[in-house]
Amino acid sequence: MAAKSIISRPVYGTLSPQPGKHHLFVADAEGALAIAEMAKRAPAGFFDEAEIVFIPGPDGKHVAALEALKPAQFHEAPSFASLLPRLRQTLANAHMGLRLYLSGTEGLIGQAMQVALEAGIDHTSIETEHRGSLARRMQCVHCKGITENVTTQPATCAHCGLLLLVRDHYSRRIAAFQGVCINAEDRSEIPPMEEIFR
Amino acid sequence: MGITFRKETFRDDFTFKNSPEHIRRFPFPFHEDAYMYAVNIEPHVVGPKGSVLENLIDVDEHYVAEMQDRALVLAEDPLRCQSLPHMTLAGWDLLELLMEQQALGYPEHFTLTRDGDRWRWINRPLGIDDTFTFGDTSTLPYGPMEYITRQSQGDFCILDQRDGNLWMDAGMVTTQADWSLDFDIGMNFFEWHAPVPLAHEKGIFTRALKFLTNIQQGKPARRLNWTMTINPRLDTSPENYHKWGPDRTTVTPENVGEKVHLRVELQSFWRLPRSNGIVFPIRCYLIKMDELVTQPKWARRLHRVIRDLPDELANYKGLTRYRPTLVEWLSKLDDGSPTSPGFGPD
Repeated sequence: MAAKSIISRPVYGTLSPQPGKHHLFVADAEGALAIAEMAKRAPAGFFDEAEIVFIPGPDGKHVAALEALKPAQFHEAPSFASLLPRLRQTLANAHMGLRLYLSGTEGLIGQAMQVALEAGIDHTSIETEHRGSLARRMQCVHCKGITENVTTQPATCAHCGLLLLVRDHYSRRIAAFQGVCINAEDRSEIPPMEEIFR
Repeated sequence: MGITFRKETFRDDFTFKNSPEHIRRFPFPFHEDAYMYAVNIEPHVVGPKGSVLENLIDVDEHYVAEMQDRALVLAEDPLRCQSLPHMTLAGWDLLELLMEQQALGYPEHFTLTRDGDRWRWINRPLGIDDTFTFGDTSTLPYGPMEYITRQSQGDFCILDQRDGNLWMDAGMVTTQADWSLDFDIGMNFFEWHAPVPLAHEKGIFTRALKFLTNIQQGKPARRLNWTMTINPRLDTSPENYHKWGPDRTTVTPENVGEKVHLRVELQSFWRLPRSNGIVFPIRCYLIKMDELVTQPKWARRLHRVIRDLPDELANYKGLTRYRPTLVEWLSKLDDGSPTSPGFGPD
């Protein structure tokens, strides 16, 4: 679980079954366990109107557990980027009564929420549960490039190469934490890099 | 007679200066010898002649140079001006407000004539004479917010009001004190203020939001905020922090008077009539230490404020690196005698 910090930092909950006509789950890696646990509390027939979209982790685990829930649709995707066109279409064609559930890494939750916001879904109506890695998506405030899976503080921007302080300040619209040059005033000051977002 | 607009720069050779009259009218932000956050909001009503409050939208001798600097910033980085799709009506509201106020306060420089939806806007200092249809974006060279804020001093945030909160959904931000519109756009009031230390715990933002969501049309409000900037640089954005940050290492006892600037924001808050949004102009005033200390009361008081500022605030405002040099320089101008109450010079 992520530690509580400043107000713009997202707070995640525990997935729980919501009243609705259709249920769309997007999860990666250990996020599957959040769905499996929620299923134990779900009313009978809940997954008859559900679609689960899953990006397995490198270990490829949990696919069978999700299929066992017998959702109306199950789709396995190799990466978030590969999932994007399908997710956009599903949300664009959605009707009132669709509920969205996101579980897994912060990067997955953030990026799926970003697509949902673009489709006009209110972020407060989305169920989220964080599971697994604390690695961050970071936007460099200087060059605007996004660096994925940042685990260190400070971190190097994968685009412009500046050494960035990874702030807790978070933008849902960009689905990223803000990175700001940590030694902008004196480039010869190089603080040690520590692995803190695991 | 009108304002004599200075030819000056806010970058490279930094030729910005205040005339003696502009030093006297500087909105000094400390009414006592100490500073801490407060919800220091008051009605934005017209103030004394010769002050920055003589008109509710102030135009001063830096107008033309500031607009030139804004154009340079936008050419480099168009993301400094953004408006989410639902904010166009609020942009028209803002265009009306700024044209009306500038024409009202400075008729020798600005003229607005209206024939139904056909409007003619003359801006003499910038050499603009445009006729357009109010509400029809295709009749202007930019969107309405960008068009008018390329002709108005200060940054502008337009806030949408919904769900009992204010949302930063549009803005023109080129003279900011280290925050990014591009990152913060779409955030609510608490989210975009999240990085500010100490103030959340004091309940400042909860009370401020309550006040702001109740602002009525025709009854604007204002507050002052402040920080310090090395060199008279308007664009102290986080985007360019790696370019201006090194300035902070260049302060020496010999150059404090010329390099260190007090930067005051006159923030005002106005309800917009059609969109029910709030526009939040953030007008930035700069004064170098050499200019500020021509008023002995200000010199004594600033010394005491900066010396006694809590470290956390000094750090947030980016003063830490040069604070000792500045305090030492100011201490020589503080004989310890009392200062009179209130903001103004003696």
